[in-house]
Amino acid sequence: MSTQAPLLAVANLTMRFGGLTAVSALSFQARSGEITAVIGPNGAGKTTVFNCITGFYRPTSGGLTLTRPDGVQLALQSLPGHRIARTAKVARTFQNIRLFAGMTVLENLMVAQHNMMMPTVIGGLLAVFGLGSYRSKQRVAIDRARHWLNEIGLLNRADDPAGALPYGAQRRLEIARAMCTGPVLLCLDEPAAGLNPRESDELSDLLMRIRGDGCSLLLIEHDMGVVMRISDHVVVLDHGKKISDGTPTEVRNDPKVIAAYLGEGDEDEETPAGAEAAA
Amino acid sequence: MAYALQQIINGVTLGMIYGLIAVGYTMVYGIIGMINFAHGDIFMIGAFLSLMGLTVLSALGITSVPLALAITLILACGIAALYGWTVERIAYRPLRGSFRLAPLISAIGMSIVLQNFVQVSQGARDLNLMPLIPGGFKVMEQDGFVVQLSWMQVMISVTTLVMLAIFTWLVTKTSLGRSMRACEQDIKMATLLGIDTDRTISLTFVIGAALATVAGMMFLLYYGSINFYIGFSAGVKAFTAAVLGGIGSLPGAVLGGLAIGLIESLWSGYASVPYKDVAAFSVLAIVLIFMPSGLLGRADIEKV
Amino acid sequence: MSKYPAALGGKSQPPALVRVVRDAGLSAIVAFGLFASMIGLRLFPTGNGMKLHYRWLMLAAVVVAVFAGRVIMLTWRANRPAGTPQPRRIAEAINHAGKYVGAVFLIAAATLPLYGGRYFIDTGILVMTYVMLGWGLTIVVGLAGLLDLGYVAFYAVGAYSYALLSTTYHLGFWTTLPIAGLLAAVWGILLGFPVLRLRGDYLAIVTLAFGEIIRVVLINWTSFTGGPNGITDIPRPTLFGLKFNGSGDPDTFAAFFGIDYSLTQRVVFLYYVIFGLALLTNWVSLRLRRLPLGRAWEALREDEIACRALGINVTVTKLTAFAIGAMFGGFAGAFFATRQAFVSPESFNFGESALVLAIVVLGGLGSQLGVALAAVVMIGGSELFRDFAEYRMLVFGVGLVVMMVLRPRGLVSGRTPSIALGARKEIAAELVAQGRG
Repeated sequence: MSTQAPLLAVANLTMRFGGLTAVSALSFQARSGEITAVIGPNGAGKTTVFNCITGFYRPTSGGLTLTRPDGVQLALQSLPGHRIARTAKVARTFQNIRLFAGMTVLENLMVAQHNMMMPTVIGGLLAVFGLGSYRSKQRVAIDRARHWLNEIGLLNRADDPAGALPYGAQRRLEIARAMCTGPVLLCLDEPAAGLNPRESDELSDLLMRIRGDGCSLLLIEHDMGVVMRISDHVVVLDHGKKISDGTPTEVRNDPKVIAAYLGEGDEDEETPAGAEAAA
Repeated sequence: MAYALQQIINGVTLGMIYGLIAVGYTMVYGIIGMINFAHGDIFMIGAFLSLMGLTVLSALGITSVPLALAITLILACGIAALYGWTVERIAYRPLRGSFRLAPLISAIGMSIVLQNFVQVSQGARDLNLMPLIPGGFKVMEQDGFVVQLSWMQVMISVTTLVMLAIFTWLVTKTSLGRSMRACEQDIKMATLLGIDTDRTISLTFVIGAALATVAGMMFLLYYGSINFYIGFSAGVKAFTAAVLGGIGSLPGAVLGGLAIGLIESLWSGYASVPYKDVAAFSVLAIVLIFMPSGLLGRADIEKV
Repeated sequence: MSKYPAALGGKSQPPALVRVVRDAGLSAIVAFGLFASMIGLRLFPTGNGMKLHYRWLMLAAVVVAVFAGRVIMLTWRANRPAGTPQPRRIAEAINHAGKYVGAVFLIAAATLPLYGGRYFIDTGILVMTYVMLGWGLTIVVGLAGLLDLGYVAFYAVGAYSYALLSTTYHLGFWTTLPIAGLLAAVWGILLGFPVLRLRGDYLAIVTLAFGEIIRVVLINWTSFTGGPNGITDIPRPTLFGLKFNGSGDPDTFAAFFGIDYSLTQRVVFLYYVIFGLALLTNWVSLRLRRLPLGRAWEALREDEIACRALGINVTVTKLTAFAIGAMFGGFAGAFFATRQAFVSPESFNFGESALVLAIVVLGGLGSQLGVALAAVVMIGGSELFRDFAEYRMLVFGVGLVVMMVLRPRGLVSGRTPSIALGARKEIAAELVAQGRG
């Protein structure tokens, strides 16, 4: 696409749990300004890749290089967990939604802006006595939260507890919360799971808007409709290995992909839906 | 060398007692995920019941020591098991499925109740028991230092091992054990599969209380002196042992008990007696820093 | 309750009376099994062995009491009006009236020395000390969701810091107070750093162990801490340099204001000192709750993994909660030392940690008003039983169990949002997590 370094370069990533190799020698790239989808049958190792990228697992071997827009390169595999979001600007959502259920929608978005509002602990403590630039920062944070609440259509529910929202709204809120950290790469773990067709469409629109605002996306998704519609680039995993990599059209016509989804016959119930969409 | 051996013998004996109590902590924790703070006090009640049993039997004119011990053990275990059952029924069952800290506070309350109940009903003074099983044999002698293994220590070890064997059989081979393990894995699923979880949990408390009573009786026979307060420190030590071994793991509880017993006795023997608890707790902290799930605990893989 | 559905419906079952009697009879049998030994028999140590006394009458009385109690309880349960149970309605009333209750409470507390006698003020000081400890621990347990069973350790650090600094270097109370808090906070960080990565009950046992270690060290390091005898003659605090004693010197409170000295002056002064300290604790924690740091604590309690994914440094955030909680424990400790003029390891046993934790949980995790109410109920309540010293702790324990069974979420259980675009709406307790750390 361009000559500059890819936003995220995964090189020879291997992850073993005891004797089980979940991901083996995986390499792919996610380019800046694109939506990259990672697909594959259940158990292919997609979430494991995600957990390695976002610092929840330490890979057994291999490298994960993130190049920030300002040119700084970071090796994600050696950053402490919280630095992934803070320094590398990689945000994520979870397959099982992890909102702060007992806090309001607005509070969820405020927590996401923690590091911007409170760069140092000392500063955070001094704010108790009204010192520092806390007030203006809080105003900025509220504005940003309001912006994202507007984006996801939850502005009127800002003061309701997150745990009381319907499922689809919780999914969108989780995305908004991740966006409030100001990421350069947003990783979404099955964002369309459990959504009805209308909600899926809205989600696609939201993701396209996010991309349009300059944030790149990496997503794991089972809903092939969503993947094919919005992805610029698709990586297909099976049994921890990459079996295909290319544009949605290329991947859709790749015999290996069709074989992985249809061929072995031991896949679970999600296969037909996926294959249908792929066909 | 000889001195070390003696300390190890003493440490193992003490460790057996801790191990028996620790099993009760770890079992309850494994199944309902709560720290049963009153467990140490059940141990104390077990010791008191044993002393009462022995006193009553001697008043009734039963002079055969083995017979008196056997009858007392059975009676004390039975009554203490009733205590365990009642505590669960009154203080924990109404809070099942409630928030995490409510059962903990309730357990602390129950511990206070049991302690003060015994203090009020039996007084605060130390009660003593004449040694019932005197003597022992010489293991070795070196430089004039005689390593003694008393019959008491032999009996404690043998009884503990027998109890643990019975208990292991109970957990691995019986349907009760199967229910217990099922509840430990997933209590909701176990309920759906038709396991009477209330009954299983009650029985867990009953078994735990019985084992603690065995430990209480051993403590009484070994040290010959008890008061209403022994439950606290023994309980904390046994809970430490359970955590050290990896809470939820039954062999871990016994291993942890032995470890704590050995640390205490070796530290007392070579460093200083007053700081033996500090040594035990410090080892716990250090082990947990490097092995956050304890010695034999299942590693806690973060599910994301 | 599900065991007695018929008590509410009452169809095709034996008559209610029979069931009640049968149930109560079973309870009486269990009671007999429990108490035949512990109450029926009484052991007395003699020269060689044990002597037994029999107390059959007392045993019979207890068993009958259990029977009667059970009958009353079942009858009450069967006839209770349907709908929300009583305690919850009371608590909801408290929730709704929170603002007014808080204000009334504050005024009552501020004016206590005007209408209360010496004993009353003394009790007030005690209660206020626990209110302060409760508010301090609320930061750790209620906001950050970290279970600390060794809070008393920081209380002890504060108390001994003041005791040692004042008796060795003759530093005054107001100079030492911040030092004591700071030292406690440092201890909090030292302890917290290695153990805060532990989850759940592992953290609980390590903090409990730490509390015990501090106590053992205080007892045994005689040259430094005075050992079991403790430290005596700890100076009292002064009011801008004015002392509270009857010496008649010009730098005493009485002489300065030209009034007669009375002991009450000092007691009232001490009361206002702890009142002020408690208010400071309250103010700081309320303020922190609305700042990013406090919000991060609550987020940590809700979901640690999500916090990490949002770039929050979990360890540092936990440490701040631990250190700030410890600091207030240290302040309270310094006050305790100056109030008693004497400290000894006795005062810092696990029971104190448990008591403060019970106040926090009973108050309703994270509720400032709830903690204050709980401290009044528990400390004040157990003061009522002072004349029955023997039974006091027994009643206290029973009270703890009963209160937890009736109100597992504490007295004031909702959560107020820290920030809102519109009006703040109370969040139901059921949605709020209690933390895993």
